[in-house]
Amino acid sequence: MTKLLRPLLVLFVLLLAAPAVQAQFYQTPGPTSPTSKDEVQLYQTPDGKLSGRVSIPDEKLGVLVQPEGREWREFRMVWLKIIAGALILGPIAVLAIFYLIRGTIRIHGGRSGRPVPRFSGMDRFAHWTTAVSFLLMALTGLILTFGRMLLIPLIGHPNFTMLAEASKYMHNFFSVPFVLGLLMIFVLWVRDNIPEKADLVWLKTLGGVLSKSGEHPEAGRFNAGQKGVFWAVVFGGFALSLTGFLLMMPFAVTGIGGMQILHVAHGVVAALMIALIIGHIYIGTIGMEGAFDAMGSGVVDENWAKDHHRRWYEEQLRNGQANQDGRLRHHAAE
Amino acid sequence: MARMKFLCDAERCIECNACVTACKNEHDIPWGINRRRVITLKDGVPGERSISMACMHCNDPPCAAVCPVDCFYQTADGVVLHSKDLCIGCGYCFYACPFGAPQYPQATNFGGRGKMDKCTFCTGGPEADNTMEEYQKYGTNRLAEGKLPLCAEMCSTRALMAGDGEVLADIYKERTVRRGYGSGAWGWSTAYGQNDRGDAFSPGREGTGGS
Repeated sequence: MTKLLRPLLVLFVLLLAAPAVQAQFYQTPGPTSPTSKDEVQLYQTPDGKLSGRVSIPDEKLGVLVQPEGREWREFRMVWLKIIAGALILGPIAVLAIFYLIRGTIRIHGGRSGRPVPRFSGMDRFAHWTTAVSFLLMALTGLILTFGRMLLIPLIGHPNFTMLAEASKYMHNFFSVPFVLGLLMIFVLWVRDNIPEKADLVWLKTLGGVLSKSGEHPEAGRFNAGQKGVFWAVVFGGFALSLTGFLLMMPFAVTGIGGMQILHVAHGVVAALMIALIIGHIYIGTIGMEGAFDAMGSGVVDENWAKDHHRRWYEEQLRNGQANQDGRLRHHAAE
Repeated sequence: MARMKFLCDAERCIECNACVTACKNEHDIPWGINRRRVITLKDGVPGERSISMACMHCNDPPCAAVCPVDCFYQTADGVVLHSKDLCIGCGYCFYACPFGAPQYPQATNFGGRGKMDKCTFCTGGPEADNTMEEYQKYGTNRLAEGKLPLCAEMCSTRALMAGDGEVLADIYKERTVRRGYGSGAWGWSTAYGQNDRGDAFSPGREGTGGS
């Protein structure tokens, strides 16, 4: 019985509603027509996504209302600032506390004065090309994200527009050396960054950072932490480049929804990368004695090499790149 | 003081595109920039409606919120304007705008954007009213001459109306009662429904040259 009743009921309701639907479709008055001005629905609720057809060539303008812009606005105005702010100030605070507790990680037994070549000119060129372009893009990106809040009250609207416009161009143009440097880094170092068993020991002891005696787990040319940075830079850099180039060519590949997602992805990955690089800069400068030499002069102290990359150091000894006498031989790649 | 709004009566719009043409002609809009366009929903099926759409001059404009250089301002009449001297063409306002109003001339290779252009409600920009500089950047300033936007003034079926929001709403309601049907004021709940209906967000704000 109910099986028969249900369709009948549905039909009955549909028949009752038909005049209203009719009025909507065919623009004719019906029983639901308003009888006074107060009954007229002025505000349609809610305005969902509405798209139709336009007779102009710009097809994306066929969208009448796109409510997704509201969520993107929320991200741009609130979440991006929270995420980026936390990922910049957080690591800085943590590292400051860490520095106060641990101080600079010293070379065990001091500097020996005997040099071991670590990074060739090519290695360093690739590193600094990527590093300088990344830092400039991070800075200009942050100017565009936080400038309205932090800089306009200080320097005023016309000056900030000049700065923001310069930032926009720099951000776009430095993407080219960044990608070239990234490709070089990948080709030069991927061989030494393949994960291996020894990395697990390194990760378990966090690279010996907590050991009082200054003992380090053995490591090859790159330890597990450096491998982590390498792969994060490769994948993060690739993600930033891909989303960045698509943002530079608006609507070439995706519609407006895609552009919003690209911007969100670009912003979040960039914030994560900045946090990572803050840590990387710390350990490469004030965090560890002798570490900067590797990328500075390209030559590290023998005791530093023994401390941090014993296995790599021993390989260098065998290959004749370093010797106990401390005579520096010419690096093959230089 | 009047709160300027657009209202497009979809039951009257015949998709003649006269508003689009009038706008382009009045302001000497370059090729590829569409301050106003007519969108046809349910094209060719029952319930088809055409709606003329441009910047709705929202109460809480998303474009103004997301702009990294803070180049937007709202006049005392509620018209949302921007300064092309400050705009850097980043394109954020287009991502945020619910109506697709901001337009950009292609300025560089890779589809790079020039300074944003959008409907000004025929109110020009921050420059002095009806100067050549204002005309070259933003088009004519009809409001300063005591005239309403040309798109609405041109509309042959009086579907597109421009003026004080209260008056427009009253005309629309009277029409709807008389003819017995209406699909509402398109875009109004998005443009004016979220926050206090009718209040401008910062009339005559200083700093960006608000008038």
